[in-house]
Amino acid sequence: MTAIRIEGLTKRFGTVQALDGLSLAVEPGSVYGFLGPNGAGKTTTIRILTGLARADAGRGWIDGVEVTADLRGASRRIGYLPQDPSFYPWMTAREFIDYVGRVFGLSAAERAARTGELLELAGLVEAADRRIGGYSGGMGQRLGIAQALVNRPPVLLLDEPVSGLDPAGRRELLQLIEQLRGQCTVFMSTHILADVERVCDSVGIISRGRLVAEAPQQELLQRYAVPAFEIEVDSRSTGELSAWADRVRAQPWVASVTLERSVARVVVDDVGVARRELLGSALDAGLDLNRYEMVRPSLEDVFLKVVESGGEG
Amino acid sequence: MRILWVVLRKELLEQWRSYRLLIVCVVLLLFGLASPLLAKYTPQLLRLALPEGEEILNLIPPPTVGDAVSQYLKNITQFGVLLAVLMAMGLVALEKDKGTAGLMLAKPIPRGVFLIAKFVALGLTFAAGILLAAVSGYYYTLLLFEPLSLSAWLGLNALLLTFILVYVAVTLLCSTVTDSQVVSGGLALVFVVVLSGLSAVPRLGEFMPGQLNTWAAGLVTGHGEPAWAALGVSVGLIVAALVVAWLVFERQEL
Repeated sequence: MTAIRIEGLTKRFGTVQALDGLSLAVEPGSVYGFLGPNGAGKTTTIRILTGLARADAGRGWIDGVEVTADLRGASRRIGYLPQDPSFYPWMTAREFIDYVGRVFGLSAAERAARTGELLELAGLVEAADRRIGGYSGGMGQRLGIAQALVNRPPVLLLDEPVSGLDPAGRRELLQLIEQLRGQCTVFMSTHILADVERVCDSVGIISRGRLVAEAPQQELLQRYAVPAFEIEVDSRSTGELSAWADRVRAQPWVASVTLERSVARVVVDDVGVARRELLGSALDAGLDLNRYEMVRPSLEDVFLKVVESGGEG
Repeated sequence: MRILWVVLRKELLEQWRSYRLLIVCVVLLLFGLASPLLAKYTPQLLRLALPEGEEILNLIPPPTVGDAVSQYLKNITQFGVLLAVLMAMGLVALEKDKGTAGLMLAKPIPRGVFLIAKFVALGLTFAAGILLAAVSGYYYTLLLFEPLSLSAWLGLNALLLTFILVYVAVTLLCSTVTDSQVVSGGLALVFVVVLSGLSAVPRLGEFMPGQLNTWAAGLVTGHGEPAWAALGVSVGLIVAALVVAWLVFERQEL
């Protein structure tokens, strides 16, 4: 049985087609990255799965329970963290988690034990009895994960969980998500590719309301592998690097060249020619090389290729 | 039933922590205390303020227990309605705007329970406020005038509470249809004005909630007729506002 199954989900807001026959399946126990540019339909999908929005057409199942047919049954099987979670500022974290436990019908003993475990997991033990109104953004996100886990849900839906956090808060939250691997299925929407590369086993890429690619991350990288080379020069050679990049870009066997400070990334169409020509060209240009290598494709390469081509190719 | 109690418990705690309970109780208590005092001492204050106006002052009849009751009714209804709008206008709108409604309603909380718990909690807050006002008003009326019939006084305050709950329910409906507590408060004030206007229309006014206050005054003074039709309309308005709020809320996307 799949943890999440969606078939032909359609949703329109006025003239905007937010979801256009979206279908996907998520295996139990995986950390699934739901990747897409802003406005692709990620949040709408999650809101439909939580019952906060209704689809115009299509169906969705959480842990085998159809969301539209048995919303309350489905809501017992999910934990949900919205994009910008907001809590009752007058409550403490301990009170809020206890309240969520009451909503799910946990006994007093279960609530006490679960609250302790989750505060520990979220690193909020010391702040547990402080009012939530005084929490930082990172603490709020961690509390958001903790409250989503109270009912030990088989499926955890996280909508852009790290988008508003500083680097330290992001790292902490990603570590928290990594700890959940194997305990439940994590469905995480994001547009931050580095986070998906770091924590997700499987990736689905959504564009204009349709799933344009879906596979385990490594398989996706291989399927959409784009041969690329990186050349890093000494900081004194950056001027020459820019001129060389312009010349290389004009070659028929080069797909694109991107420059970032002293590093040039050359994506090629013909690896054989590139292997013969590229290094010699760089040396002829008098570049002071620090590094030259053929690099593995990044998820960013795959994402851009898939989104631009609409999933074809 | 279990989930209603869970959500109501949280709402009651919020009434306390957000100072809604304190504000309602203090304001109504003060007006409960002040009403008989104002009725008793206003002529004397006027005498001090107008030492030369003996002829005018002689026209003012000596204060009676009826003046104390009518002062009480006027103050509690005016400030009760104002408090009802202020306290209820953000109940749902604010939670929708901030996102807490979405966070909580993704859990197994029926939307009807979410609304009814808010109404009951605020209703209990007003019940507590009116109880304090009633006790203090009764005591000062006893000290300054004469004892009131206890059953009539209880009936008067029950009618007052029903009157205020109409505005709580309607403001809750306004708060449900919009995401903005300012818009919600504005809509509720429009309703207050419309209902006041309708109360002034001959014949029609007899069916409006405002008639409950006339009935309430009559209970204590012994004059006037029961306004069962107005009571029926008031209870009907409360139920209708809650049902419409529930139907609207069920269809809303959060």
